[in-house]
Formats: sequence, C-alpha cells, structure tokens
Amino acid sequence: MLICRATDILPSEITPHSVYLNRRQFMLGSAGLLLPVASIAALPASKSRYSTTDKPNSRQDITSYNNYYEFGTGKDEPAQYAGRLKTRPWTVAVGGEAGKPRSFSIEELLKFPLEERIYRLRCVEGWSMVIPWVGFPLASLLKQVDPTSRAKYVAFETALRPGEMPGVARRVLDWPYREGLRIDEAMHPLTILAVGLYGEALPSQNGAPVRLVVPWKYGFKSIKSISRITLLEKQPPTSWNMAAPNEYGFYSNVNPAVDHPRWSQASERRIGEFLKRKTLPFNGYADQVAGLYRGMDLVKNF
Amino acid sequence: MRPTLLSNPSPATVGRIKALLFVLCLLPLAASLWQAFSGQAVNPVETLTRDSGSWALNLLLAGLAISPLRRLGAPGWLLRLRRMLGLYAFFYASVHLLIYLWLDQLFDWPAIVHDIIKRPFITVGMAAFALLLPLAITSTDGWLRQLKRRWGQLHRLVYPLAVLAVVHYLWLVKRDLTEPLLYAAVLALLLGLRLWWRLRPTLGRQVQ
Repeated sequence: MLICRATDILPSEITPHSVYLNRRQFMLGSAGLLLPVASIAALPASKSRYSTTDKPNSRQDITSYNNYYEFGTGKDEPAQYAGRLKTRPWTVAVGGEAGKPRSFSIEELLKFPLEERIYRLRCVEGWSMVIPWVGFPLASLLKQVDPTSRAKYVAFETALRPGEMPGVARRVLDWPYREGLRIDEAMHPLTILAVGLYGEALPSQNGAPVRLVVPWKYGFKSIKSISRITLLEKQPPTSWNMAAPNEYGFYSNVNPAVDHPRWSQASERRIGEFLKRKTLPFNGYADQVAGLYRGMDLVKNF
Repeated sequence: MRPTLLSNPSPATVGRIKALLFVLCLLPLAASLWQAFSGQAVNPVETLTRDSGSWALNLLLAGLAISPLRRLGAPGWLLRLRRMLGLYAFFYASVHLLIYLWLDQLFDWPAIVHDIIKRPFITVGMAAFALLLPLAITSTDGWLRQLKRRWGQLHRLVYPLAVLAVVHYLWLVKRDLTEPLLYAAVLALLLGLRLWWRLRPTLGRQVQ
C-alpha cells in the first residue's frame, strides 16, 4: 500500500490552486519584479516523525504577530518593516573550535535535505503557536565543520544592518542579537535551522533567510536571520540574559514550575484559543530532551 | 458676559458637550472589540487587555489634567466633564480587571490571591483599582452632599492611585519602557504642577 503515502501532501497544499491557474501570469509577474526565485519557490520537504499532530496556526497569524526587535518592539512592526532586510546574497560564517571552519551561502544551506517540522513555539510572554517550519538539523551543518573536542557551546549572531533594521537605532537590546546553546542541545535532532514556513521560503519577519528553532526552549532562544555561528569552549553571552540576567537564563527551557520573576509560566494562551491551557515541561518535548539535563537543578539553571 | 461656546456656554450646550463626550469615550472600547472579534487581532485577549488598560490610564490622566488646565486659563465648564472622565477611567479599569479575572485566571480565586501577593505589578494594579472603587461609588451628588468636606479629602486618593497605575504599567513591560515612561512623564507634570502651585507661595515668603 505504498501508493497511499502519496496522498499525504496534496499538490494544492504546495501550490494553491489559484496560483496554479494563474501560473503564467505568476511567473511573468515574478520575473518582472526581479524577485529571487528562491524566495517564492516551494521548498521540497519530507515529513518528519518529530512533527506534532497539533493543528498549525494560520500563515496569517504566524507572519503578523512577531517578536523581532531589530524591526521594532511592536508585534506588528516586523511584518511592516522586515521586508527591508536584503536576504540575498547571504552567508553564514561557521567557525571557532572547528577543524574545517567555512562559510555557507544561503544557496548551499537550501541544498541540505529539508524536512517539514511542525513544532509548538512557546513565547516567554505566555503565548504559543504551532508552526510548520521547513529546515534541517543544525547537527548536519555543524558536522560539516568538524567541531573539535573543545567545542562545548555554540554561539549564534543575527546580522546587524542598521540601514535595513529601523529598530536597532534604539538600544533596546545590546545589538547584534546573540544566542547560545550547549553543544549537546545544538546537536539534538529536534534542533533545526529553519529556511522555510508552510512549504515556502521563510518570510522576513520570521527570520529570513535562516533561523534557529529550538522547540523546547522559550521562543527568544530561536535566533533569527543568522549571520554567524561559532563553536566555543566557554558559555557565550546571550542577548536577553545580558539585558535582564535575573529574568532570562542561558538555558531558558520552557518550564511551568519556574516562573518568570514578574509573571507566571504555568499556563499559556495558544493563539487562536480563547482560554489558557497548561504549559508542559520542555514545551511537551520532555521525552526527547529531559535527558540532556539529568542531575541539573533546573530552578537554578533557568 | 455674553455666552460664547468656549468661555461661557449655555447649560444646554454643556449638556450637548457631555453627551458627545459620553459617546466619544465609548469609541475606544468599540474599536478594541472590533479589532478583537473581526479577526484583525492575532491575540484578541491581549488586544482587549492592553487597550482597556491604556484607556483607563488615558482617561485618568485626562481627568487629572482638568484642574491644571483651569489654572492655566481654560474655561470653567471643563470641570463639569471631570466626573465622566473619572467614571470612564473606572469603567475601562473594570473591563481590564474582568478580563484578567476571567480570561487569564478563569476565576480561580486561590490562584488570583497568590498572583496578587507574588507579582508586584499585579499587586500595584490591584491596589490602584481598590483605591479607584470608592471614588467611583462616591461620585454621585448624593455622596458629595453627604460627605461634605471629607469628599474632597477622599477624592485626593486619585493622586496615589494614578501613581500606582503608572507603576503597574512600568513593571509589566518586558523591555521597551518608552510608552510607560511617557505616561510617567505626563503624570509627573500633572502632579508636579499641583505641587509647585501649592509650594510656591510658601517658597516665596521664605525668600522674602
């Protein structure tokens, strides 16, 4: 019954019927605007057993309610301004404690075998969404640069483009945005670099052209528009931790038992739902990731 | 003096202005509900919470602006709008509180008490509402006559409660303090003017 598998993805899910019917006009329009083909083309992605069965939020919700302070602190500002970010050409420099440090162009990143990963995302502010990312395990990329035995941590940096990012004129955070993971967290199969959303290239407000997604941690750990990845022996400084060390720890694992100093983390409002639901330890990924933290005091290492 | 619209309007005109203000003060609620339920707002509960809180503060500060404006030469009939502004501030604060009790806490009273004790921004927010409540109750002409001089003393609670309300906003913001600091600046100006006018004669005498 192998043939039955093909019905998993309807062609209309990849290309909306209306776009199909207007395909000539669509291609002409695209060519006329000189849009890079990669930003409109559907991304072929295989299904993953790591995907949740929760119902994904609409594309509209996912692309119009964003925290991306480089484009302003309002939830609607990234959707308004992030289009200014030039995502081509784009390179990610991967180095530090690596035997074969090198840069990857976005075209090279798109050649990794892509998977659809439908993940829950829990924001530290108390709301959550379900998002169908397209990406590949961060581990696949890191293996290519051959981490040395001293590589204990991974640091990430968002591109800093004052001319394209109106939000960085104000020092709300210490730019560029920085994040970090322990090497075992970075190599975990759930940790991905996302290059797409809903089967298409990642919209700018969601962190185009490439962002991190770590589904068991609060959303701010999943750094957007990555320009640099560095393997390190020491734990790197991270943006929200630098801004308010008592409120945002390095680990920032989703943990209903450890409140933010100013608000509860016991429950969350799933976008699209009216009443709150209980927050799950590690955002519901405890089976896969709790082992990473065995023996650690998660109240102290929040 | 000949009645004119700005300096000395007729009672009927003031009545019409009050009716207009009554409707105007409902517009923010209508706009917020429209946003929340037409599908424009991605997080409708957050939209309603934020809007109701903001308008409680806006109207509180508008009410507090009237007596300084009078002193700076604005016409006296403005005073007749102050009660409505205050009551609308109370109305929006009540909506704000109700959303918290219902949609955030599901009327889980032990959890609410825990929240009030444990979270400073909830503590000060609740304190502000607790101080606003008696002012709303005693806002009628009957209470004004009955309490006489004490009515004025009681209603001075609006100063500490306005400070608590602004602190509530300051303490809940995640990182970008621009907006709460703007409210703090307006409140500081409104309270500072009162303090200045009150202290100036004394200061003047000391200088002489």
